[in-house]
Amino acid sequence: MIRFLSRRLLWMAITFLLVSLVSFTLMHSVKGGPFSKERKLDPAILANMEAAYHLDWPIWKQYLHYMGPLNLGDEGWFGKGEQKGSDPFTGVLVGDFGPSFRYQDFTVNDIIGQSLPISALLGVVAMMWALALGVSAGIASALRRGSGLDLSMRLAATGGIALPNFVIAGFLVILFVFLIPLLPVAGWGTLKHMLLPGFCLGLGFAAYISRLTRTGMLEVLSQDHIRTAHAKGLAPRTVVMRHALKGGLLPVVSYLGPATAGVLTGSLVLERIFNIPGMGSHFVNAATNRDYTLAMGVTLLYTVLVYSLNAVVDLAYTLLDPRIRLEDQ
Amino acid sequence: MSFSTLSPTARAGLGLTLLAVLLGGALALARGARLEPADFTFNNGTEVQSLDPAKVTGVPEGRVIRCLYEGLVIKDPKDLSPVPGVAKSWDISEDKKTYTFHLRDNASWSNGDPVTAQDFEWSMKRMLDPETAAEYAYQLWYVKGAKAYTTEVYPEGHERSGKAKNDPETVAIHALDDHTLRIELENPTPFFLELMGFYPVFPVNRRALEEAQRKWPTTWETRWQAPGNHVGNGPWKLKSRRINDRIQLVKNEHYWDADNVAFNTMDILAIENSTTGANVYLTGGCDFLDKVDASVVAQLMPREDFDPQPYQGLYFYRVNTTKPPFDDARVRLALSLTLPRELICKYVTKMGQVPAWSLVPPMGDYYTAAQADRGATDGTPEANLEQNIQRAKALLAEAGYGPNGKPFPPFEIHYNTLEAHKLIAEAIMDAWKRHLGISVKLRNEEWKVYLDTQTNLRYDVSRAAWIGDYMDPNTFVDLFVTGGDNNKTGWGNPEYDALVHGAVSEPDPAKRLDMLHRAEQILMDDLPILPIYYYVTQNMVAPRLGGFYSNPQDEHFPKFWYWMDDEELAQKRAAYPADGGHNLVDPHGPAAGLYSPAAQRRRAAQ
Amino acid sequence: MADHGSLERLGLKPEDAERLLKEAREFKGESLWSDAWRRLRRNRVALWSMYFLVAFGLMSFFAPLLPMRNPAAQAPEIQFQSPTLNLGDSGYLQEYAADDKITSEEIVNAYWPEMNSLDVLFVKVRLAVFGSWQPGFWMGTDAMGRDVLSRIVWGSRTSIKVALIASLFSLLIGVVYGALSGLLGGWVDNLMMRIVDILYSIPFIFVVIFLITLIGDYKQALEEWGIDRMVVLYLVIGAVYWLTMARVVRGQVLALKHKEFVEAARVIGASTPRILFAHVVPNVLSIVIIYLTLTIPAVMLFEAFLSFLGLGVEAPEVSWGILAADGTAAINPLRLFWWLVVFPSLAMASTLLALNLLGDGLRDALDPKMRGKD
Repeated sequence: MIRFLSRRLLWMAITFLLVSLVSFTLMHSVKGGPFSKERKLDPAILANMEAAYHLDWPIWKQYLHYMGPLNLGDEGWFGKGEQKGSDPFTGVLVGDFGPSFRYQDFTVNDIIGQSLPISALLGVVAMMWALALGVSAGIASALRRGSGLDLSMRLAATGGIALPNFVIAGFLVILFVFLIPLLPVAGWGTLKHMLLPGFCLGLGFAAYISRLTRTGMLEVLSQDHIRTAHAKGLAPRTVVMRHALKGGLLPVVSYLGPATAGVLTGSLVLERIFNIPGMGSHFVNAATNRDYTLAMGVTLLYTVLVYSLNAVVDLAYTLLDPRIRLEDQ
Repeated sequence: MSFSTLSPTARAGLGLTLLAVLLGGALALARGARLEPADFTFNNGTEVQSLDPAKVTGVPEGRVIRCLYEGLVIKDPKDLSPVPGVAKSWDISEDKKTYTFHLRDNASWSNGDPVTAQDFEWSMKRMLDPETAAEYAYQLWYVKGAKAYTTEVYPEGHERSGKAKNDPETVAIHALDDHTLRIELENPTPFFLELMGFYPVFPVNRRALEEAQRKWPTTWETRWQAPGNHVGNGPWKLKSRRINDRIQLVKNEHYWDADNVAFNTMDILAIENSTTGANVYLTGGCDFLDKVDASVVAQLMPREDFDPQPYQGLYFYRVNTTKPPFDDARVRLALSLTLPRELICKYVTKMGQVPAWSLVPPMGDYYTAAQADRGATDGTPEANLEQNIQRAKALLAEAGYGPNGKPFPPFEIHYNTLEAHKLIAEAIMDAWKRHLGISVKLRNEEWKVYLDTQTNLRYDVSRAAWIGDYMDPNTFVDLFVTGGDNNKTGWGNPEYDALVHGAVSEPDPAKRLDMLHRAEQILMDDLPILPIYYYVTQNMVAPRLGGFYSNPQDEHFPKFWYWMDDEELAQKRAAYPADGGHNLVDPHGPAAGLYSPAAQRRRAAQ
Repeated sequence: MADHGSLERLGLKPEDAERLLKEAREFKGESLWSDAWRRLRRNRVALWSMYFLVAFGLMSFFAPLLPMRNPAAQAPEIQFQSPTLNLGDSGYLQEYAADDKITSEEIVNAYWPEMNSLDVLFVKVRLAVFGSWQPGFWMGTDAMGRDVLSRIVWGSRTSIKVALIASLFSLLIGVVYGALSGLLGGWVDNLMMRIVDILYSIPFIFVVIFLITLIGDYKQALEEWGIDRMVVLYLVIGAVYWLTMARVVRGQVLALKHKEFVEAARVIGASTPRILFAHVVPNVLSIVIIYLTLTIPAVMLFEAFLSFLGLGVEAPEVSWGILAADGTAAINPLRLFWWLVVFPSLAMASTLLALNLLGDGLRDALDPKMRGKD
């Protein structure tokens, strides 16, 4: 267990560095920069602006500056004398993601600090109800396979996946805000603000989970040890809860890793429709704004989240399925 | 021990506890964030870049900055003429090159410090300083020595070669005493006073900045504008701010004219989605927004709170004149003649945009724009169209394309991703295909790539727009000088350049405008751009809001805003023209109105 | 052949092993696929779903043959018309139908930019058979007065193409990669999965923007290689979605690899590729099919998002994703242009429903545990 975790930690550090290197190079090599505007700037002003963010440095030096903590100078490696080089003791490696290019009154740490809790809260709410609904619907569907219940569950699940969430959200807004004025139309602040976006965000996941649960359960229910359990005369409920569920949830669990990382980091579409100040919009806006630091910040955060959650998933695998050993991971 | 070795009861208990903790946390967070509604809320359309006046460009930023800061002059909300701000009066020298501003002595910062002439000198020089890296630094380059200060570096060979010279004394902005500021210009600049009311030149508080530099040596730039550290001299001060959500303002009691400010609290939202913005407005969540979606315009036009007015902007297509067949003016004229301007204004944009045949939008009596060839205009629309199509085909044939010549090469209309641009491009594509029988495709690009493509002339025909900086044709005509930064068409004409450059130093206003007109005529005869329509404002404004005026720059000044009471609202409504465009809707705001203390006294006295 | 050491451990003589293998070969008799097909035919829901999908595919392929309104014809005067049921009228191509002089070029120009000669032929046949008759606006009109019904039908061509190619691409890479990783185990598995982790985290938006600029810069060179925006679109979508597929397959393989039949195959010395394709892949197919049916809707919407970045179909071409996304502004309380959203969404939902039901049926049919049981 400890060996597993420490190995994962090492791999995470390697992944982190590689992702940062690749992403950084990629970002700086796409066209357009943070200061390209419809009105083309005077070259002297553009040079001043680029110098202020060290964008005039060669890319490897910018990367080192970004990762920190190094005192790099305008000329040569290190800052000396009156040169305005980079600031010592800053950089990603000491937990400082730098200032945002687009939102100049915020550091990337500020932005993530403000928006991650909002997305995470919404994501947790959505995930909880998605899990509750999805798993129970999936189990019911699997147990009553081929029945009307099964078919209607599958219909509903397909609807939840196939109907884009912006369509569902749009109609729910019309229904619960304008026709039956129960809920606020957009914004963030009270529990009421959370209901519609939470529901819409969870819907797709619930549908997905119910499909995966159904499949996983069907797989397990046909296996020998379940038949044995039934043959031993155990109550069907016990068989399902004690024996089948563990194996049946495997596909769900492996889906949960990336899905949770996704849900915690917000949803662009729902944030736009409900005007929620979450993380989701930063993934796209930072890219289209060429806000290098913010884009790097959210990318690296996502890397850590996905990585840790996947490690948790792998751990959960071994708990759910005794045949998988940690050494396999 | 692992999770699976726990007893079922323990597991259930653990799960329930976790659930309770999460829900409890959610509730606690939700309760803590509950907001009192502000006196006035408006949607700014996006999150602003910064609250530092020197650092920003853009309309939404301007709106917030004008709430938090005030310049030497402010603008009259109706006609945008300069009126006293922090300066109570000013003198202009005979040669129109030296401006002396006399500051009022009761102007103060939100921390109580007086606003002095030195503050302005320091702030303007800070904005020009290359270290500040202000994008709008060039707005002050009319001042003697300013451009050199921003751009000049030590020459090769000097020990500090390549470094900025940084001598603020070379900039002709000087505080003569605490309340007198003298600014000398390179050339007489007719719009210099207006410029002093433009937000980039607003002052910032030196003490707050230096204190932040001391406290946070490396991150002060992201700290000194934060709530708690922010110091301004405008009608409101910063209370709180959450990114992509809202900026909360409260009245600045130290503001010299606080007596004339009505709203004690104001919330500024950052809703980007126009459908969401409209939904928030319709449910009373905000009282003013500046853009609506074209698909609902038909439903909005009859409402009293939506009244689009023309303003100084042109929507047009650039043509890449370096690339055949577009290097031929006859081809460009053929494209222009068959461009369905009326159809676009009537069915796509739908807010009363006016079809454009010139570069410069209408400026009343001030300037008459030079017109492009409109083709036939005196028959029925159908007959005109038919005539123009025939003429366009003849032009193409003359240029060597068509049934007896080469086939017209297929080309692309290039635009940045946005539904409205796509619809316009589709309409134009359809018209060119059908009328001229040429093959046209569309190509959209994400904003920054689009800019790059345009700058490097890697397009055939590309969508563009320009909003005038000030009320003068120069802000448009100046674009297309040969090799200009914003030309982006590859077009150039020496005669045009001579006229535009000559106009800068022409002292006689009438002659100057005539030179600009002649330049514009050259451009419109040659058509490196295809004008499509002139912009209109898209403001949705709560009917009860007073002190809000439509103006040609679409600039608005929250300082003058207030809520009308029912009586005043009724008067306003009684004056509506009976054009079917003013159906009454929910007026928003309190029935008793909300007036500034001074206005309340005036009303009580009556 | 068989590994003698392990045979001895199992207490088998080499001759016995040979005999067992021979029996196994003879037992095979009915192939996996014909067995599956037999069972699929018994599942009525799955069968009907399949018919539906085939019909839909045919409709989409033969779209130019159908007497429909011109999907690209703009008539702004009738923009945002709600659905009306009327029998129809003579349409946009009337002038062409009257005389036979319509050229292929005119058809392409009037109809749709991406039409091959077969499509043009279809249009000619349609004009010959149905003349200029076209139905009314059964599903209303959009912002430019175009017929929503025919746009949905024509849009299906793009969406189906994108969904099929991209998901097959992700399937192929994902299954092979995931199965190999899980099967080989050890440091290889570790390395392969860490590569997936890295790819997972790289911001794909920048990759897309980067690719777009590449296509822009080397347009001609790339087109000589047959690479255009659509090819890049397939590659990008496939590249994004194979990652999840690989993880899922690997997870399943890990669970399978200690099962008796895999151990047995290993014991008798089957090669890794043989174990992979003969034993492992058929057993993970069921979960793969379910994932695939879940991926396709995501792919369709993802395509709309990519076209926002500038990669994907160009107007006037449409896809379901774009139709639905463009319709979002239509859902507002002032005036609900519901048909702009509901019909494209319904088209998408019904197709995906059929796909899911068929997927379930296939899952059951392919399930090795069910073999020979009915």
